[in-house]
Amino acid sequence: MSQVDDAQGASIDTPPEKPRHRATKGPRVPMREQDAARRATNFEEVAVGYSAEEAHAEAMRCIQCKNPTCIDGCPVNIDIKSFIAAIIDGDLSEGVRVLKERNALPAVCGRVCPQEEQCEAACVLARKGEPVAIGRIERFLGDHDLACEMDHRCAPEVGPSTGKRCAVVGSGPAGLACAGELRRIGHEVTIFEALHAPGGVLTYGIPEFRLPKAIVGTEIEMLSEMGVTIETDMVIGATLTVDELMTEEGYDAVFVGNGAGLPVFMGIPGENLNGVYSANEFLTRVNLMKAYEFPSSDTPVWRGRKVAVVGGGNVAMDSARTAIRLGADEVFLAYRRTEDEMPARIEEVHHAREEGVEFKMLCSPVEILGHDGFVTGLVASRMELGEPDASGRRAPMCVVDSEFTIDCDTVIMAVGTRANPLLSKAAPDIELTSRGHIVTDEQGATTKQGVFAGGDIVTGAATVILAMGAGKRAAQAMDSHLRG
Amino acid sequence: MFRIVHKRQLSDAVFEMGVEAPRIARKAEAGQFLMLRIDETGERIPLTFSDWSAEEGWVRFIFMRVGKTTHKLSHLDVGDEIKDIAGPMGIPTHVDDLGRVVVVGGGVGAAVAYPVARAMARAGNTVTVVLGARNADLLILQEEFEALGVELVVCTDDGSAGRKALVTAPLKEMCEAGTVDHSMAIGPAIMMKFCAATTKEFGVPTTVSLNPIMVDGTGMCGACRVTVGGETKFGCVDGPDFDGHAVDFEELMSRQRIYSDDERLADAEYSRECSCHK
Repeated sequence: MSQVDDAQGASIDTPPEKPRHRATKGPRVPMREQDAARRATNFEEVAVGYSAEEAHAEAMRCIQCKNPTCIDGCPVNIDIKSFIAAIIDGDLSEGVRVLKERNALPAVCGRVCPQEEQCEAACVLARKGEPVAIGRIERFLGDHDLACEMDHRCAPEVGPSTGKRCAVVGSGPAGLACAGELRRIGHEVTIFEALHAPGGVLTYGIPEFRLPKAIVGTEIEMLSEMGVTIETDMVIGATLTVDELMTEEGYDAVFVGNGAGLPVFMGIPGENLNGVYSANEFLTRVNLMKAYEFPSSDTPVWRGRKVAVVGGGNVAMDSARTAIRLGADEVFLAYRRTEDEMPARIEEVHHAREEGVEFKMLCSPVEILGHDGFVTGLVASRMELGEPDASGRRAPMCVVDSEFTIDCDTVIMAVGTRANPLLSKAAPDIELTSRGHIVTDEQGATTKQGVFAGGDIVTGAATVILAMGAGKRAAQAMDSHLRG
Repeated sequence: MFRIVHKRQLSDAVFEMGVEAPRIARKAEAGQFLMLRIDETGERIPLTFSDWSAEEGWVRFIFMRVGKTTHKLSHLDVGDEIKDIAGPMGIPTHVDDLGRVVVVGGGVGAAVAYPVARAMARAGNTVTVVLGARNADLLILQEEFEALGVELVVCTDDGSAGRKALVTAPLKEMCEAGTVDHSMAIGPAIMMKFCAATTKEFGVPTTVSLNPIMVDGTGMCGACRVTVGGETKFGCVDGPDFDGHAVDFEELMSRQRIYSDDERLADAEYSRECSCHK
């Protein structure tokens, strides 16, 4: 047996099949990053990505378990073991092929998936040391594919035409995954996007420095190459209804993946002052509308000197780090629990701190102060943690008479989103939950015949990969329905 | 891409434009708006429909040249293309047989008042239109309103056309005479504020069409939030029409000014770049 097994203590329940390689020991290969001081002034990507040598060196750490638990850790069950084996063998094309079998957007997922909670958490090596950096390797393969000329890229095979037409509403992760899958099967697919650019949250929400828009664009190009039509500026529920898609427009089935896009505010005094943004607005101005290039880009954004971001999730981190890059002198994050309960990825928290974001924990805003219509400060209450609540996290409670004021000229609310009623209002026969989310069965079928749904509009705000998984599952269910 | 099929200059800075958009034209209703982005670096702005034809597949809007985007737009001509137009957005104006309806259109707001007055008249209401502007040059759509066959009261601030009065003067007289069952006020925020204050005294229900800043126009960003009856509403998906007696106009006007420095900067830079234009 190889030395790795003894060292890692992983051989007992998952011995390697036959040694493809001699796995190397030691910590994971670090991924190069732009220096924090430098990156805080630009919108270029923070993490540079692995070189071929680094990807190979990291792949060599994989012990190629007989029963690879990492695959179960992946929401779309990518054959991780095989794509890593392909890298070990030096066959990058094969690696990309394996990856794309289950995931149409590897360069995106390699960047934004919370691998530390999914595949990497399930990696056998994680029990005794650092797991294989699956996400970084995935990103490397995804980027390798994107760097190729279109006709050399790994194009998923498109099945023979079924003669059926599918409409996909929304071009975010759920819609893109669903469209890709439907097209592979051989259905004709049109995606309807309300905004002027496809990608959904990948385009308007996640910042350039974490997910370059050129990457999103190139991944989407592949769908077009496969024959998926994308119609932008099409607001389903306004320009056309779901009913009209199925009657006048002649679609045989519809997938709804329009996201949970309505921002939530706290309902505290002063929230409509100038300088208070929803994270959605702030990020949309900067990412989708390129306000950081104002005035050569026409959309302005209020550039605060002292910025308060309210929330503790990835969107809060994205907002805080964007504010830093727009030139704020000070950016702090107010979160009502402690860092242990923060839902943001550890990596994002780490990056934010490196870039100078200050964390004010156990702190909940109660009022926003203003003068002449503009924000001048934030009144917050100190919090303490009580017993665990429904979410399993300890519930924050206000400390009596603990209010204090913080000077700031901008407040960004990153406290969640809810379902957008625009589409569902125009489709009364699609059943909704009390919170406006679409009710579906496990496969994604709604209460309306031929209409399926997935992603945030069904689950509420979640991750890119979960939305993609839902889109893919729904595509399979749509296919069964169409073959009826 | 959306091809421009109609352009007409209504005054020095006010233009009427029509674009080919058959799907939107088929759905458009009075009071609704579209989101427009001229080109790849353009901002998204809301413009309310001034007219449309489902049969011919076009929609029209009227805009005043005030900033970079409207400046750019005014330089486009019939045959040119606009990159993005989406709609129809917003909840249509509630049109019903309400009895005697006064529609006040101030400045460019007349563009929105026109289809509203038309729809109100078609629904069987007795419609009076109060058309106001600073001066005769800025008065728009007078002939179109006349062609509707509704009663028309024209007023200008300086008396260069019609009555020398603010729109609130005839509105108040009609309220006093007890001849108004419902009023609609569409124009600058300050005008709508005073119209609502005028009718409130008489308990005449008043609908206003608000024009807050928007980004996406689909409910996603909340830039357009307005306080109505103490509650925060989104102009794009909850409006743009609201109960004028419940709107916090001071807040609306303050929020409309947030980017005024940026807007001046962008427009000045654009004007320098294209000094070849008038």
